[in-house]
Amino acid sequence: MTDATAGTLERGKRRTAVSMVMLVTGMVCLGYASVPLYRLFCQVTGFGGTTQRAEAGAMVKPVAGKTISIRFDANHAPALPWSFEPEKHVETVTIGANEMAFYSAKNLSDKPVSGIASYNVSPTQAGKYFTKVECFCFSQQTLEPGQQVRMPVIFFVDPKILDDPDANDISEITLSYTFFPVDPEKG
Amino acid sequence: MTDIAATPAEFHDAHAHDHHHDADHKPGFFARWFMSTNHKDIGTLYLIFAIIAGIIGGGISGLMRLELAEPGVQYLQAWAATLEGPGATADQANHLWNVLITAHGLIMVFFMVMPAMIGGFGNWFVPIMIGAPDMAFPRMNNISFWLIVPAFLLLLGSTFVSGGTGLGAGTGWTVYAPLSTSGSAGPAVDMAILSLHLAGASSILGAINFITTIFNMRAPGMTLHKMPLFVWSVLVTAFLLLLALPVLAAAITMLLTDRNFGTTFFDAAGGGDPLLYQHLFWFFGHPEVYIMILPGFGIVSQIVATFSKKPVFGYLGMAYAMVAIGVVGFVVWAHHMFTVGLTVNMKMYFTAATMVIAVPTGIKIFSWIATMWGGSLSFKTPMVWSLGFIFMFTVGGVTGVLLANGGIDNYMHDTYYVVAHFHYVLSLGAVFSLFAGFYYWFAKMSGKNYNEFLGQLHFWLFFIGVNILFFPMHFLGLQGMPRRYPDYPAAYEYWNHIASTYGYTLMLAGMVVFFVNVIISLAAGKKAAGNPWGEGATTLEWTLSSPPPYHQFETLPKVD
Repeated sequence: MTDATAGTLERGKRRTAVSMVMLVTGMVCLGYASVPLYRLFCQVTGFGGTTQRAEAGAMVKPVAGKTISIRFDANHAPALPWSFEPEKHVETVTIGANEMAFYSAKNLSDKPVSGIASYNVSPTQAGKYFTKVECFCFSQQTLEPGQQVRMPVIFFVDPKILDDPDANDISEITLSYTFFPVDPEKG
Repeated sequence: MTDIAATPAEFHDAHAHDHHHDADHKPGFFARWFMSTNHKDIGTLYLIFAIIAGIIGGGISGLMRLELAEPGVQYLQAWAATLEGPGATADQANHLWNVLITAHGLIMVFFMVMPAMIGGFGNWFVPIMIGAPDMAFPRMNNISFWLIVPAFLLLLGSTFVSGGTGLGAGTGWTVYAPLSTSGSAGPAVDMAILSLHLAGASSILGAINFITTIFNMRAPGMTLHKMPLFVWSVLVTAFLLLLALPVLAAAITMLLTDRNFGTTFFDAAGGGDPLLYQHLFWFFGHPEVYIMILPGFGIVSQIVATFSKKPVFGYLGMAYAMVAIGVVGFVVWAHHMFTVGLTVNMKMYFTAATMVIAVPTGIKIFSWIATMWGGSLSFKTPMVWSLGFIFMFTVGGVTGVLLANGGIDNYMHDTYYVVAHFHYVLSLGAVFSLFAGFYYWFAKMSGKNYNEFLGQLHFWLFFIGVNILFFPMHFLGLQGMPRRYPDYPAAYEYWNHIASTYGYTLMLAGMVVFFVNVIISLAAGKKAAGNPWGEGATTLEWTLSSPPPYHQFETLPKVD
C-alpha cells in the first residue's frame, strides 16, 4: 500500500478511536451524573415516596370535607444515642390545610450529638402530594447532653391528590423519619 | 467507505508463494507469547486463559452441587476449616458459601465467557473475516490481554484476605450495597472491585480496538452489509461494552469511595440511596448479558449456514436484529429489580419493554431454522452444538418472557427458577455456542483435525448432563426454593439430588472427553485442510491455510 493510503488509514483509525474514547468518557460522566439526576428525578416525581417542599404561604386551599389521616413514624440508627418519637401517632387532617405536628427527641448520652433525618412517605404514590413547608429534617440537629427538644414539621397534602387515579383512594399516609448520626469529623 | 486501496491482485498469492519471506516468520517463545501483538496469538492466549478460568469456575460449581446434593450442611464447615483454620464458625462457613457463589458468577462472566467470545474468537476471526492483516492497534490488544490476567489474580487473591464475616468477597456478582459497603469490612471486596475495574478497562480497550478495526480496515469490497454475521455480532457487542462498562466503572468506583473515603453515594445515613447502585449496576448488567450472548449468535449463524450449505436466511434481518437487541437491551434494566418497590407504571413499562426483546430474538431463531430449511444438512460436531444452542436458548428465552412479567416475578424473584433461566441462556446458550465455535474453528486455529467421535460424545454427555442439572431447577424454583443458600428443607431433596448426582456428573464426564479430545487432537490429530468444511464455508478464514500464516493478507483480498 502506498504512503498516501497508509496515511488515510491511520487518520481514519485515529478518528474512530478518539470518538470511541469520547463515548467512554461520556458514559463515565453519565454514570456520575446519575447521582444528582436520580435525586432530581425523585424530587420531581415523588419516586420512592420522596416528599415535596414548598415555601411558607404556598397557594393551596383546604378542601372542605376531604380528610386524610397521617401516621407519624420515627426511627433512629442504633449508633445514635437518642430517643426519638412522634408526640401523636395518628392525626386526621383536611386535604390542602397547613398542619403542624411535633416530634420529640432527647439526647441520652453525656456528650453533644448531632444527627440528621432522612424521610419519605408511604404509600410511595403519595410522595408527589405530601408537601412540607417547614421541617426539622431540612437541617442537621444538635442536642446537648440530656437535652430534650420538640421538633416541628409543617406540611399540607396537596389537593391535586384527589385528581390522581393512582392516589385518590389513599386514606392514610405514613410519614417516616430515620435519624442518623452525623460524624463530627466528616462534618 | 473503504480506505484501503490495495493493488488488485489474487490475494491467494500472498501466502502461496515463498517470495513473501516474512509472512510466516515468528518471534522467539517469550517475545511471541508474552509481548504478543499478533491478533491470532492474542486470541489463542485469551482462549487458554478462558479455559483455565472455566476450569476454576466450573470446579467451584462442582463444590456447590456437592454441598447441595443433600439437605443440611455436609462439607461447607470442613472447607471453611481448611480455609480459615480449624476454629471456623458456622457464620464463616456460610460466608464461604457466599464467596463461592460470588466467585462462580464473576469468573464465568468476566473471565470465561467474555474472554473466550470476544478476546478469543473475536481476536482470532474478526480481522480475518473482514480481510484485514491484524487488529487496528496491536499493542493495545496486548495490553487488553495482560490487564485481564492481573484482574483474575486479584479476584482469586481476594479469597485469602478478610471480607468481613470470613475470608473472601461474599457479595454476589452484583456487589449490591450495603452488603458490599458497610456489610463487608476488610480488603477482599476492595480487591474484587479493583479486579472488575481492570477487567472492565481491558474490555473497553478491546472494544475500541474492534470498532476501529471493523470501521477502518475492511478489505476492498467488504461493505458493512457484506460482513459475516460474526463480525456484526462483535461490532454490536463492542458498542454495548463501550456504553455499559463505564457505568459499571462509575458505580463500583462510588462503592470504593463509600467503603474507604467516607462518601455516602449509596448510604441513606448521608442522603444517598442504595437503590441507585442497583439501577447503575443493572444499567450495565442487562446489556452485559447480551454482551455474553451476541457473539454466540454470530458464531451460530456462521455454523448453521456452513452446515446447511446455504447462505444464512434473512442476512440483513439477522444483522439488524442484533442491533435491535443491543438498543432495546439498554432500556429494560429494572426488570432485575421488580421487587424493590417500583410503581405499577414502571413495572408495566419494564415488563412490556422486556417482552419486546423477544421479537428480534425470535427473528434470529426463525432465521436459523429457515436457513436449515431445505438445506443440505450435515450434523458435524459444530452443527450439533449449534442446534443444542438454539434449543437451549429457546427454552431459556421462554422462561425469560415469563420472568419479564412484573407480577409473576414477585413470586419468582431470587428463586431457583431464575437460576434455571439464566443458566439456560448463559451456561447452556453462551457455552454451547463457545463449544460450537471451538470445534468449528479448531482445525483453522491449530492446523489439526479434532476427533469427530469424541466431539459428538462430548456433545451428548454435556447436553444430557446440563439438562438434567438445570431443568429440575425450574421445579425447585416454582416450589419456592430461594437462591444463594447452602441448605434447604428436605422437600427439595429429590430434584437437588438428581441435579447433583446425575446432571453434574454427566456434564463433568463430557468435559473430560473434551479435554481428552483437545489433547489427542493437538498431539496426534490429522493435518487439517485449509477448508475442511467444503462449499458451505464461505467466509475468508477458509481461504487461508490451517493454521493461517503468521501474517495473513499482505495483499488484501478483494470481495465482490
